Amino acid sequence: MPLLDVRDVTVEFPTRRGVLRALDKVSFSIESGEILGVVGESGAGKSLTGAAIIGLLERPGRIAGGEIRLNGERIDTLAAEPLRRIRGRRIGMIFQDPLTTLNPLYTIGRQLTETMQTHDRLSDADARRKAIGWLDRVGIPAAAQRIDAYPHEFSGGQRQRVVIALALCAEPALIVADEPTTALDVSVQAQIITLLKDLTRDQGTAVMLITHDMGVIAETAGRVAVMYAGRIAEIGPVADVIRHPAHPYTAGLMASIPSLEHRVPRLRQIDGAMPRLDALPTGCRFHPRCPKVFARCRDEQPDLLTAGATRAACWLHADG
Amino acid sequence: MPMADTATLQVVGVSHMFDVSRPFLQRVFTREPRRILRAVDDVSFVIAPATTFALVGESGCGKSTLARLAVGLYEPSDGEILFENTALSSARAQPALRRRMNMIFQDPYASLNPRWRVRDIVAEPIRAFRLANRPNEVEGRVGTLLAQVGLTVRDGEKYPHEFSGGQRQRISIARALASEPDFLVCDEPTSALDVSVQAQVLNLMRDLQQRFGLTYLFISHNLAVVRHMADTLGVMYLGRIVEQGPAEAIFQRPRHPYTRLLLDAIPDLEQIGRARTPVGGDLPNPIAPPPGCAFHPRCPLANDRCRLEKPGQRMAGTAQVACHAVEEGRDR
Ligand SMILES: Nc1ncnc2c1ncn2[C@@H]1O[C@H](COP(=O)(O)OP(=O)(O)OP(=O)(O)O)[C@@H](O)[C@H]1O
Ligand SMILES: Nc1ncnc2c1ncn2[C@@H]1O[C@H](COP(=O)(O)OP(=O)(O)OP(=O)(O)O)[C@@H](O)[C@H]1O
Ligand code: SF4
Ligand SMILES: [Mg+2]
Ligand SMILES: [Mg+2]
Repeated sequence: MPLLDVRDVTVEFPTRRGVLRALDKVSFSIESGEILGVVGESGAGKSLTGAAIIGLLERPGRIAGGEIRLNGERIDTLAAEPLRRIRGRRIGMIFQDPLTTLNPLYTIGRQLTETMQTHDRLSDADARRKAIGWLDRVGIPAAAQRIDAYPHEFSGGQRQRVVIALALCAEPALIVADEPTTALDVSVQAQIITLLKDLTRDQGTAVMLITHDMGVIAETAGRVAVMYAGRIAEIGPVADVIRHPAHPYTAGLMASIPSLEHRVPRLRQIDGAMPRLDALPTGCRFHPRCPKVFARCRDEQPDLLTAGATRAACWLHADG
Repeated sequence: MPMADTATLQVVGVSHMFDVSRPFLQRVFTREPRRILRAVDDVSFVIAPATTFALVGESGCGKSTLARLAVGLYEPSDGEILFENTALSSARAQPALRRRMNMIFQDPYASLNPRWRVRDIVAEPIRAFRLANRPNEVEGRVGTLLAQVGLTVRDGEKYPHEFSGGQRQRISIARALASEPDFLVCDEPTSALDVSVQAQVLNLMRDLQQRFGLTYLFISHNLAVVRHMADTLGVMYLGRIVEQGPAEAIFQRPRHPYTRLLLDAIPDLEQIGRARTPVGGDLPNPIAPPPGCAFHPRCPLANDRCRLEKPGQRMAGTAQVACHAVEEGRDR
């Protein structure tokens, strides 16, 4: 049984102009000890997927279909109180925006010790010692001296590391990490990634790693899901998705990555923009931008189809 | 200094200090001294018009602080900054000059007013600097700006919280471009964007530079992005610039041991499943930086001189490098 199982999850935002479907039948699972990478167009629904899992969809957003199971137990239907107990203890969340996670009025030390003490019986002195330990592990220099500082006294990347420490300190079984390393330089990034990998190996922690950085995905994840306009466009082993992308959107994404090896006058880009939720095209949602579009793409919406080693929602793979 | 009389921005010996002491009473009880954090330490560089100067370096090394200094959001504790040969403080006092510099902040959430509609956020600089007067002119400008960053006119109706992280970053880019600046400080402008939108934004920035001669101070942790954008590169370590010069030359032949280490730590797509070269040594404490060369505790080339004497910048090839080993030729 996978640790996390997401089946056909649909998320909707009722608005005055009608219902916006921001996630459309998203399905995937994560095993204990596994890191699943999630990439995709900005606005595709990556953060929403994470928010749906931890039960923190912002109103008026709601789960309109499907189910989410943690260790076999439905968690999308839980009441607020049991859900709150799962959050933090069994599912840790590293939010994309470090500032909203941190309370500007409390020192980072207080925020860490309080988080640990709500989940575990710990004396103040022990909690403080552990807090310094976590700050150290996420690479805050001089942790013992800076533990009593307030969030605004840290650089962007340092705040992000404090947020990571907050998510990890309760030692959850599943970590939903939304862009945990984007504000970090490559060396601190390497340190955080090593830490996440160690946790998956030693504690069997499962990680859903949302990031734009394909280098980070290549290095850490076993499988990767590519999202586009509220759906999973492709999912499969990292090496296959990177080397032989089966979905034209994945291929476009790979081609847009600037290279360190040679400088080009202009980066390759996928022209156009992702469709708005209230103006989705018929058929495949990528078809207006797709270089390989053909008749069927305009009329019928493809589901995930087997495409070599990966699965892709693209009619090019209709015959396996 | 080269091209000093035509430079867009000149930063001369600038330092910036933060007081990070604990509250006074607590300090008295614990008999702690005041603690000063020197976020930027004696930094000098020049940005020529219509070029891109990129800053790279470890998280916390002082890049955002320097960025804020460069547009006048912080006053330097020491040193001087000139915008087109005018002291920055007096340039900021003149609306005509102030309009010409702008900044894209590292944190797109904190910098957008949650109670304003996106179209008003983007229109604000246009109205403030009277760049368009008739309402439909303003509207047209806003529409063009939103389209340039891959959003639509109808997105203008919405509020910031209705957008994803990357979409909000695009709103802040549109707002920064709205005042039609000549000098733009970009602090991690694309780190919240997926690579395909990133490619669109970087291509747009390049186009604007070629068409209108924009000058950029560009900060990013993504070294491939930096290599794509930068004409000149400054590598920072613990508040100081340790290497600066033509970007391509530094990427091809980094001289400072820290630059070399930084370029080694880049993840790449070929490394599927493999760990990258770990960076050795402890992160330095910015409140009590190591004496001598601040990098010495982590440097493979450190010797006694490095532990005692702060290295100054010297020419090494086409770059200025602050390293005793490079100066002495011990780096080969
Ligand atoms: N409160 C809301 N009201 C209406 N639409 C919303 C709301 N929150 C999110 N959305 C929409 O849902 C879609 C998915 O957003 P989400 O934040 O999941 O994107 P993402 O994939 O995480 O993007 P990014 O990479 O830019 O962070 C976006 O199109 C966004 O506009
Ligand atoms: N308002 C402040 N008060 C006290 N210290 C600060 C403040 N702002 C920044 N610092 C400290 O100054 C140093 C430089 O911070 P800065 O934000 O310039 O770093 P940065 O290079 O932009 O890092 P990042 O890549 O993480 O964004 C850090 O050690 C930080 O903790
Ligand atoms: S289904 Fe058609 S339009 Fe969609 S990605 Fe595949 S080829 Fe392109
Ligand atoms: Mg997001
Ligand atoms: Mg910064």
